[in-house]
Amino acid sequence: MDTHDPQSPAASQADARPVLEAPDIARVMTRIAHEIVERAKGADDVVLLGIPTRGVFLARRLADKLEQITERKVPVGSLDITMYRDDLRLQPPRALARTEIPGDGIDGKLVVLVDDVLFSGRTIRAALDALNDIGRPRAVQLAVLVDRGHRELPIRADYVGKNLPTSLRETVKVLLAEEDGRDTVLLGAKQAPQ
Amino acid sequence: MQRHLISAADLTRDDAVLILDTAEEMARVADRPIKKLPTLRGRTVVNLFFEDSTRTRISFEAAEKRLSADVINFSAKGSSVSKGESLKDTAQTLEAMGVDAVVIRHGASGAPYRLATSGWIDAHVINAGDGTHQHPTQALLDAFTMRRRLVGRDAGLGQDLNGRRITLVGDVLHSRVARSNVDLLHTLGAEVTLVAPPTLLPVGVGTWPCEVSYDLDSTLPKSDAVMMLRVQRERMNAAFFPTEREYSRRYGLDGDRMARMPEHAIVMHPGPMVRGMEITAEVADSDRCTVVEQVANGVSIRMAVLYLLLGGAEFQTPSTSAAPARTAEEN
Repeated sequence: MDTHDPQSPAASQADARPVLEAPDIARVMTRIAHEIVERAKGADDVVLLGIPTRGVFLARRLADKLEQITERKVPVGSLDITMYRDDLRLQPPRALARTEIPGDGIDGKLVVLVDDVLFSGRTIRAALDALNDIGRPRAVQLAVLVDRGHRELPIRADYVGKNLPTSLRETVKVLLAEEDGRDTVLLGAKQAPQ
Repeated sequence: MQRHLISAADLTRDDAVLILDTAEEMARVADRPIKKLPTLRGRTVVNLFFEDSTRTRISFEAAEKRLSADVINFSAKGSSVSKGESLKDTAQTLEAMGVDAVVIRHGASGAPYRLATSGWIDAHVINAGDGTHQHPTQALLDAFTMRRRLVGRDAGLGQDLNGRRITLVGDVLHSRVARSNVDLLHTLGAEVTLVAPPTLLPVGVGTWPCEVSYDLDSTLPKSDAVMMLRVQRERMNAAFFPTEREYSRRYGLDGDRMARMPEHAIVMHPGPMVRGMEITAEVADSDRCTVVEQVANGVSIRMAVLYLLLGGAEFQTPSTSAAPARTAEEN
């Protein structure tokens, strides 16, 4: 889950160093797609749900790759978790993003949640709550591009693009062509709080 | 956005578009098997209704319940108000009970403003209609309905009503809906025309950001949406027009008049409709008439307003500085 913070990108990208470039991201997504097919034994009942904003783009990319592998259309949608966050009261109200559940729903399906960065795990907890109100999947799995550690809840990813050991003083920023004009993952230092 | 929603005139264009966009997402909750979000869990909202209302009260209640707020309904009938309690004492009672928001409908113009600014309570105040002053959530749901029908459901996101021609017909004098709509539609860039007999136009209407006409027939072909207002008999203490028949001949919308509207134009009514007076049954039941849609949209709009006022932290400073450099921790 990313928020669009007007002040941070320009300032923090200056001294940020790329840890994944566009070709790496493409390879990683291909690998995850193959892993999903392998684990789900063919991905017959897979539904991909991306968590806005960048998780949705990653989910669509995964859906394309899965289609190439299995020669079948894989339902893909988005799951906005804003209303389920546990820190709503700590910040000003956030704008909502789109929740789009594919036509056949998620009941009895294998839902793969897709997000860009796995950090505290709180976003995924919120996503599990949100799924609960939408239907009852057969199973829920989690695919992330980057796992940066520092979990605050007992949550783990089933498919990880890259494990990235970080310190809490660092920031991880995923940029995707659909939103940011280029594909890259940046590791930077957090600015001192003003 | 401000802490309270008292008047449609307090909303900036960006505030209004944010509410409409949020409502568009809220509307999708109605399509789900479980029509409930946990967002306002543990928050208490009081519906304080000093004046009769069916749809507004039920609509607010549905919105509050869908967001999991605890709802207390209060109507003046059968309460201490009928024993002579003042607004101040009622407000302080509510404050002592620890309510987070008060939705108020009152017969006196300015009662919600008084409640919000007098320091009697800390709660957020949402105006659900005060006298002949304002009814901001009605204006928002009307704008929402227009944007959906005239711009499109998905195409409308982030858009206002720039250049759309909206005509409001009827009892403008007694109508808080008309006042709120003129304010909000002007903010959203629409061109508003009021059509009414001169006796039903308020003093000073010339200073409102809209056109005024006495002739319905010449205005209809130039309208993208026509909103019929109810003639409010309960607020009338003088003869404003000779007979009902003459009024409905000159200012009522019937099938022939509807045919003169552009193909895409819609007919709106804030309800309750008086069939045969300002609108004929033929028009009211046609698929160009959005009355039922407006009611459904009302729940979405009120959910959006409640979420945006109550869903986040109380912020004293402008929202830009409230969340510094939190990008990465979000994940």
